[in-house]
Amino acid sequence: MPFASGYFRTSYARELRLVDTRAQAASLTVFLAALGAFPFVASSFLLDLANQFFLASIGAVALMLLTGYAGQVSLGHAGLLAAGAFTVGILVKEANAPFWVTLPAAAGVGALLGVVFGLPSLRLRGLYLAVSTLALYFVVHYVGSEYETERGFSTGIIVDPPALGPLVVSDARAWYFVLLAAAAATVVLALNLLRSRSGRAWRAIRDHETVAEALGIGVPAYKLAAFVVSSMLTAVAGALFAYYRGFVSIEAFSLFLSIQYVAMVIIGGMGSILGALLGAAFVTLFPYAIEALIEVLPTPERYANLVFAVNYAAFGLVMVAFLLFEPEGLVGIWRRVRDWFVLWPFRQRPLAGTK
Amino acid sequence: MRGAVAAQPRGNHRRGLSIQLAVNIAVLASIYALIGCGYVLIYRTSRVLNLAHGELMMVAAYLLLATASLFSGHPLAAFAASALLGLVVGAAVYLVLMRKMTGERVLAAVLATVALGILLRGIVVLVWSAQQQYPGQALGWSNPALALPGGARISAAAAALVLTTAAAYAGLFAFLRYTRWGIRMRAAGQNPLLAAQRGIRLHGVYALAWGLSTFTGGLAGMLIALDAGLEQTMVVIGLKAFPAALVGGLDSLVGAIAGALIVAAAEVLLIHYVNPLLADVVPFLVLIAMLLARPWGLFGTREELDRV
Repeated sequence: MPFASGYFRTSYARELRLVDTRAQAASLTVFLAALGAFPFVASSFLLDLANQFFLASIGAVALMLLTGYAGQVSLGHAGLLAAGAFTVGILVKEANAPFWVTLPAAAGVGALLGVVFGLPSLRLRGLYLAVSTLALYFVVHYVGSEYETERGFSTGIIVDPPALGPLVVSDARAWYFVLLAAAAATVVLALNLLRSRSGRAWRAIRDHETVAEALGIGVPAYKLAAFVVSSMLTAVAGALFAYYRGFVSIEAFSLFLSIQYVAMVIIGGMGSILGALLGAAFVTLFPYAIEALIEVLPTPERYANLVFAVNYAAFGLVMVAFLLFEPEGLVGIWRRVRDWFVLWPFRQRPLAGTK
Repeated sequence: MRGAVAAQPRGNHRRGLSIQLAVNIAVLASIYALIGCGYVLIYRTSRVLNLAHGELMMVAAYLLLATASLFSGHPLAAFAASALLGLVVGAAVYLVLMRKMTGERVLAAVLATVALGILLRGIVVLVWSAQQQYPGQALGWSNPALALPGGARISAAAAALVLTTAAAYAGLFAFLRYTRWGIRMRAAGQNPLLAAQRGIRLHGVYALAWGLSTFTGGLAGMLIALDAGLEQTMVVIGLKAFPAALVGGLDSLVGAIAGALIVAAAEVLLIHYVNPLLADVVPFLVLIAMLLARPWGLFGTREELDRV
């Protein structure tokens, strides 16, 4: 496995490097090549799954920055996705705006909502903060459904595929590369934020607010910054979702979607970007896995109308199981497995705290 | 003189309308109060916010369908059996799931209740299907509309709801004040460590709080189901009752009544005078206003916020 088995860093520059060893760089190259080749071999179904995963991973990484690193809980993620999607829908419908206008506009709306969602965090903590984001979610949801009914789009708004000059992103393969680029950019942005001043400030706030303040960190500013960055990324994800689906309807942004994003962060493992990606993959693939399991049963057609309910129940069960038995999430499992191989025959990392 | 005669019926009509609005507020407030006391009971005893309360309430209401066929011809017996089953379900939820979450971070416990809610919703659809059901028919109970003085009307189930809420609150106040288990519950809420050292079995007290919370929520759920039918959207009512509990203060039963009145009045009046679509958002607007002005609620203890 391409991981250092000990702590061999001799300078701060090495400590900050994203790619630690030569073997890691090599395997990253292979991985990227595989990602680039994937759409040319995969079926359209797999391609759609991959696209859904990329969309989910943008939102999951954004929520991970906010909840996993800055320690601010949000149950209103679906509201921010809806805000991004509706910005696109409204601009396309009312002003016939092109791609390169709507996307920055969605980011702007996201940033603005980030301030709104973040303001209560200056006063409230923990439970009360979670509740305030939940309430704001309902307000955003209301505004969206009000717009739909008032303007007579009660079934939803149709959004044409984005075009940049002669380039039209309409088939799944083109979308794959667009969404892959967006997801990769999000991950790199998140990693860079985390290894700079803001990331350190967020972690300090998460671990102990009073101590962070005593260390000279501007707690309110960094809290708001976490909300703004997270909301902006989420709104962009919502905007991409609107274009990808070609359709915006408030129905798609139920409270369950918020819970799904929170579940991605929990199931993936708090405080890890890799965890956000694993969680996004898990939650995206989960309903398809359930469906496949039901197909395996004898007489699957008898259970066809139960798929939805089974899906719900199983999702709740899995979430409970992770909270009870694996609070560190998928990334915790991954770390244990990796350490077992990398450190064998030893059991412990030589220096605690190195990832 | 003629003008006065002409104005007379309009004045009557206006008064009738305002009486009807007052009745609507009273009914909605008692729905919110009866559901909201479940949030308060659990939060006050164990500092857990139970976001699965709406689902638990729905489960208890669906249980009425099961007991209705079991005790056919005895609607009251079916009602009582279902409410008691709700108590058992609530206590079982604590003993099986939430007991493992004690001592975890507050948020992990809240998320566990969220997950529980999703699980329960799936189970309800699996067992009873997603179609709308009418437990009133199963019980053989029609829901006559009663005329009140002043020309307002109220359905029998809604009237029963107001009375049940009054009885439930009277019972809870008496229980917490005079009975041994009620005093234990208060002690566990005030200082779990001291309570445990005095020999109070915290798990038993917490399980009782969960059971009572589901019991009262179930009463509300069953009466709403008798009034308006039973389907998955009942969860939304459960969630909308949460702002009522928080506005009053999450650890105060008196506060839950006050909060329910405020939220219900705001909701009924805004729906009537501004926009019916506002129904689902008004409680949360009130909640946001409260969180900005006085996060610990009207009657809550301020200390809650400071202990991180």
